[in-house]
Amino acid sequence: MKITVNGSATEVAAGTSVGDLVRQRVDDRRRVAVARNGEVVPRAEWDSTPLEEADTVEVLAPVAGG
Amino acid sequence: MDDSLVLGGETFTSRLLLGTGGAPSLEALERAIVASGTQVVTVALRRVEASTTGALQSVLDRCQVKLLPNTAGCMTAREAVTTAKLARDAFETDWVKLEVIGDDRTLLPDPVELVEAAERLVTDGFTVLPYTNDDPITARRLADVGCAAVMPLGSPIGSGLGIRNPHNIALIREAVTVPVILDAGIGTASDAALAMELGCDAVLIASAVTRARDPELMATAMRDAVAAGRAAYRAGRIPRRWHAEASTQFEGMPSL
Repeated sequence: MKITVNGSATEVAAGTSVGDLVRQRVDDRRRVAVARNGEVVPRAEWDSTPLEEADTVEVLAPVAGG
Repeated sequence: MDDSLVLGGETFTSRLLLGTGGAPSLEALERAIVASGTQVVTVALRRVEASTTGALQSVLDRCQVKLLPNTAGCMTAREAVTTAKLARDAFETDWVKLEVIGDDRTLLPDPVELVEAAERLVTDGFTVLPYTNDDPITARRLADVGCAAVMPLGSPIGSGLGIRNPHNIALIREAVTVPVILDAGIGTASDAALAMELGCDAVLIASAVTRARDPELMATAMRDAVAAGRAAYRAGRIPRRWHAEASTQFEGMPSL
């Protein structure tokens, strides 16, 4: 199915969870946050939250700033 | 005498908060953090670039400082609130440096969106440290909605123009009872000392340290300036006078 991750159109397998997506994208999962369709997906719910067709997901990690 | 900073219910011996943006390298950043003696550093959240995140994580681990996530770049209350919630999940802290800017040329805060975001985040249990204009009225509104501190700018972010309106900073100190942290605009050590002499409880410095030719040395200078300014504030400066007042008595002058 087609979803958008960090602004880019992406194809993922049906049944992919938020947790699966994070594992594919990030080595160090600490201090990472995920928004799905503009709402926070708490870390504890990553694995139990399935992605759906046309979802917009942001996977965010710490950067120096401020 | 104990002169600790109490901020959001926590106690700090350092009154210098360090922003981490702008350093030429993570090694330089780490040395500056250590040299500054800071106990609180700001960080941001951005889209994952797998190549860059690991090294910063290690620096943050080693420095063992409190992480203060920011909402840099947000231009609406809605955006800032969501970013703060993401940061809470990522950093496992309910502290947030709340930034809601009005445009990306001046990076000046949008006070209307800022107060709204602050109120919503306080209601949601956040410890909110808002970056605000040097306006006593806005500062009071932010304190009234429950912010744990107010963080007025000295001048625009990264400008290094120092404190353009010292009078307003002093008025803000009078207007609120929560800590006042001068945030943005500091260019060099004397600016940090002035902030503390005006009664600020702390300063937050990023560019002046990270973009200095020698960030580690500037971090040391800022640490000392904050300590000196704070001591001067507590000691009480002499009043400014129009005319001289001799420090050596005239009585007993010989006739020569």
